[in-house]
Amino acid sequence: MNLLGRLNMQALPHDPIIIAAVGGPTLAVVIAVLVLLKFKGVGWFIKIGTYIWKEWLTTLDPKRIGVMYILVALAMLLRGFVDAMMMRAQQATSVGSSHGFLSPDHFQQIFSAHGTVMIFFVAMGLMFGLINLILPLQIGSRDVAFPFLNSVSFWLFTAGMILINLSLVLGQFSAAGWLAYPPLSELQYSPGVGVDYWLWSLQIAGVGSLLSGVNFLVTILKMRAPGMTLMKMPMFAWSVLNSMVLVIFAFPILTVTLALLFLDRSMGMHFFTASNGGNPMMYVNLIWAWGHPEVYILVLPAFGIYSEVVATFSRKRLFGYTSMVWALGAITFLSFSVWLHHFFTMGAGANVNAFFGIMTAVIAIPTGVKIFNWLFTMYRGRIHFGTPMLWFMGFVVTFTIGGVAGVLMSVPAIDFQVHNSLFLVAHFHMMIVGGALFGYFAGLTYWFPKIFGFKLHEKLGRKVFWCWLIGFLLAFVPLYILGLMGATRRLDHYDASQGWQQLFIVAGLGVVVIAIGIGFQILQLLVSIKQRKQNLDTTGDPWNGRTLEWATLSPAPFYNFAVVPEVTDRDAFWASKQAERAQHAEPKTPRYTDISIPKNTPMGMCIAGFAFLFGFATVWHILWLAIIGLLGVIITVIIRTTGDDHEYVLTAAEVEKLELAAHARNYA
Amino acid sequence: MKHKMNRKYKLGVFALLVLAGIAIVTIATVYFHAHPVAVLSPAGPVAHKERGLIIMTLLLSLIVVVPVFGLLVLFAWKYRASNTKARYTPDWDRNRLAEIVWWLVPSLLILVISVITWNSSHQLDPYKRLDGNAKELIVQVVALDWKWLFIYPEQHIASVNFVQFPSDMPVDFEITADAPMNSFWIPRLGGQIYAMPGMSTQLHLMASTNDSFKGSSANISGTGFASMKFAAKSSSQADFDKWVQSARQSSAMLDTATYNELAKPSSNNPAFYYAWAQDGLYNNVIMKYMSPDAGMNMQPMNASAP
Repeated sequence: MNLLGRLNMQALPHDPIIIAAVGGPTLAVVIAVLVLLKFKGVGWFIKIGTYIWKEWLTTLDPKRIGVMYILVALAMLLRGFVDAMMMRAQQATSVGSSHGFLSPDHFQQIFSAHGTVMIFFVAMGLMFGLINLILPLQIGSRDVAFPFLNSVSFWLFTAGMILINLSLVLGQFSAAGWLAYPPLSELQYSPGVGVDYWLWSLQIAGVGSLLSGVNFLVTILKMRAPGMTLMKMPMFAWSVLNSMVLVIFAFPILTVTLALLFLDRSMGMHFFTASNGGNPMMYVNLIWAWGHPEVYILVLPAFGIYSEVVATFSRKRLFGYTSMVWALGAITFLSFSVWLHHFFTMGAGANVNAFFGIMTAVIAIPTGVKIFNWLFTMYRGRIHFGTPMLWFMGFVVTFTIGGVAGVLMSVPAIDFQVHNSLFLVAHFHMMIVGGALFGYFAGLTYWFPKIFGFKLHEKLGRKVFWCWLIGFLLAFVPLYILGLMGATRRLDHYDASQGWQQLFIVAGLGVVVIAIGIGFQILQLLVSIKQRKQNLDTTGDPWNGRTLEWATLSPAPFYNFAVVPEVTDRDAFWASKQAERAQHAEPKTPRYTDISIPKNTPMGMCIAGFAFLFGFATVWHILWLAIIGLLGVIITVIIRTTGDDHEYVLTAAEVEKLELAAHARNYA
Repeated sequence: MKHKMNRKYKLGVFALLVLAGIAIVTIATVYFHAHPVAVLSPAGPVAHKERGLIIMTLLLSLIVVVPVFGLLVLFAWKYRASNTKARYTPDWDRNRLAEIVWWLVPSLLILVISVITWNSSHQLDPYKRLDGNAKELIVQVVALDWKWLFIYPEQHIASVNFVQFPSDMPVDFEITADAPMNSFWIPRLGGQIYAMPGMSTQLHLMASTNDSFKGSSANISGTGFASMKFAAKSSSQADFDKWVQSARQSSAMLDTATYNELAKPSSNNPAFYYAWAQDGLYNNVIMKYMSPDAGMNMQPMNASAP
């Protein structure tokens, strides 16, 4: 038996593009380390390393875990975006006698990786990152319900991320699209390790997502500040509640589906094979029973962010709160009854298609209601056009265009003509980028000062927004037309006589404009850090906010609130500010109490590390390592759950000292 | 003075925008004249009705879209913070009538679209025969790695990456795959349907003019996916008969052995004709995916739910 399973020298990269993609960043890191080593010395490294280990890698503070989620997600955004640039460059040049710079197999790996990375490691990462940053603060809680589980979730997410990126270096990635339909993803047609990498990176990250779903649902239900009834909860918290319900119902489906595909591929079973009694259509149903709710998992928290941003920047209460809550609930419920619209073309009868088509169109009703409620929040407000507000307005434009395309495709007979064409590609990018990602960007800008104590550079933020909006429309409006011209998705080459090239070039230019926007984003971060003194948030309330996260210091202390706030109003912080102003009252002298804080621990990282080993070993069929990985997970979980020394007490005196120091710093 | 400059500047920007608009419209007109948009240039009744549906649904959607865009611009302008003259009601957060309007209007709209959805799903059901009892041409389609095989069971001929049929005669495409999932699509004639191994799907299309069309697969099926394209041609009955005769002159015959050879992965295959195709080949292709235990006399499974 081979000790390394399928792993051998053949697995190392041979393609110059991949060697450059892997080698370039590695070389840059090595050079950076060497330069720093020369100028700063070894001691500096040990100091920084200890700080990162103690304060970040082992942390159980949801805000820090949130920051790490976001850092991973932004790095993955760069990766997924490079994939996108390569795809458009290929499609703009690979016409007629020219075959572009990518081989078909490489091109197919790139679009499979693009979709997988963007959904699982960018969108999910930004979403969970923002939830971690703000949700506990917003409901007036000091922590999440299960701080350790939260760390496990994050590290499983990271383990999945490392596994998917490892496929660049060792072996190859799946070429079967981001959802890996069988029979193409079965052993018969994809015998390599690509689909296994896909499968295990999603499986590991997916378990992390499920645990997060449980964690945040319980946090919202059990840990709200006194007085905050469900109907006094901020809209972002409501959106997260709905999203987490979807996570809890949808992710187990993904886990099982991936497990069955794994059994097919590695144990000779036949759940989804074309022959021997398997049924690929079953896979398509199952994957979309997860996949459709997944879209709402991503977009609902963005809706929540827009609700906060519109109210804050219009200096006005959110319009139609009750309607908004019901609309969220309706979307959550309906999102489980529309999955078949992803395959109207699979030959279901007219009755079935019509039913799912109608259910899909019905989702447009609560979504439309939300848009009108946001617009009427602006009505008779005092609108300040900060960048978060710009992202919201850009979202209304792109999401409405994408929504119309969605309503069109909900009619099965129309879908027959645009299914799997670039029209569809344009549609779902308008929903996920124009809907979800713009919202996350709004949220990042909006909540940045709460976490870091200073605002992001506003002027550069505007440039970022305009580049993204214009580039995005330029990149995706031509795709609607291309789809109607008969261009299907995932083509690495097409005939010159089709007349598609000009539009592909326009779309490529759009990607370049987005690239400039991303450049500005990086610049914005660097400039903001450099000029942080000019953008300091000393009040804790830089936007004249309405909800509880603005009631505490910026940056928020690790215990969130020195004194747990009491809630009497929906816009709790706004109301308390109004009351203070009305009574000209001095803020009350706070009465501090002891606070229990979870101790930092590397166990979450250990569990995920063993899970990673298990995933990696299973991809390469290294049995002994897989056993070690699996046993490692079980043993570390047992060790952690049987221990009981997981918290320490921050005394009232210490809290007072920390608070006074922070106030002194802010008024200095 | 400054005021005048500002006005001149604004006029200049406006003129530039108008010019840019005219330029874009001109370029687009020329471009789309040279490259017609397939889905919007139907050549048969199915695609024609589908285009009608697209336009109808789009217009209905505008009932919501136009107010959304209008209100967004209007409110953003009127209630900007610098406009202190505008009314400001920070605590006004509900209005029953307004909310009823925007629950009800979209609901009515979706009700209309639902009726359209229900009717069109039945009327344009790809399994439904076109034109009642008119004579149909049956073409059996097999998606292979990575080419399309067309079998004419009544004419006993077959072709690769090329399909011809008389115009004004309904064509019954029976579709399967001996490869991963594909999707059979001729945009100018009508919508697509999946081609799946071990299953037979159906698509009824008709061309109402003599023309040539491009067809392709819309679902990723492996390395050679980009070459899963074919030419379709509609002609007069006489020309069709002539074409069948010419195919019969081919020296190639499609029996199980040649089929197995053809089914091996290859891409960018040129159009090719078989003078004779073995009877029952299409069914055999489907049946080979059935479990051996299920018995060979089983009928091919229809992908449509019974």
